[in-house]
Amino acid sequence: MIRLEYYLIISTLMFFIGIFGFITRKNMIAILISLELVLNAVEINFAAFNRFLYPNQLEGMFFTLFGIAITAAETAVALAIIINAYRSIGNININNINKMKN
Amino acid sequence: MDIINLIIFSGLGAAMLALSIMAVTSESLLRSATYLLLVLLCTAGFYLFLNYHFLAAVQVSVYAGGVVILFIFAIFLTANKGEVLLRHEIRRYVFGFLGVVAGVWLTAFVLFKHRFLYESNTSMVGDQEISMSLIGQTLMGTGKYQYLLPFEALSVLLLACIIGGILIARKK
Repeated sequence: MIRLEYYLIISTLMFFIGIFGFITRKNMIAILISLELVLNAVEINFAAFNRFLYPNQLEGMFFTLFGIAITAAETAVALAIIINAYRSIGNININNINKMKN
Repeated sequence: MDIINLIIFSGLGAAMLALSIMAVTSESLLRSATYLLLVLLCTAGFYLFLNYHFLAAVQVSVYAGGVVILFIFAIFLTANKGEVLLRHEIRRYVFGFLGVVAGVWLTAFVLFKHRFLYESNTSMVGDQEISMSLIGQTLMGTGKYQYLLPFEALSVLLLACIIGGILIARKK
């Protein structure tokens, strides 16, 4: 039988892999990809807790649903900002971003 | 049947972790986005294991159909010819790795120390699929444990995102 802990272990590892990428990446799109991994791990947690601990309720499932929608919206706006930054400074590395002040 | 489920589950989990690592370490951004797509599809497989079929469908259509395509377009729009990904200095990798190991250790400690309540009553673990009409009524109802207000708030958020996206990305 697949236990709740197996889901939690996998989502924990995925969460911290995402954080590692968030710390070590320099390209802004690569950072956003790491952020997607983090959010995805959290959504697995919601669904797994709902199914195993409260199988007669729907809270976790709907939080996952809303989380997916919010992630999509956040990605769209972040990519718009990144494309705009590329237009004004020519690349999208995080240590060039302070040039936008000028 | 149980052992087959476990084998498929562990294969899916191992693939997911390996692909996550490749997504955050890959040299090429386009490959990173492709690995992210595969991770998200494996996550849809997890939702199928949990019997959340609707969630798996949403995951595939929204992430694979929307978010990853958006990523790929943004990568193409911001690519400089012949550019390779720059790296931070090695110190940052070391500190990042140490921080991540500490975080995994702390979380695993809490996880294995805690005993979840469902083990005392395994018959509670439901295997049935949630019907589509129940999902629709819960999403549209105003009663207790129903979600009309968050649904509407989300629609306002999406509207704000559309307006924000147009305003930000518009040519001057």
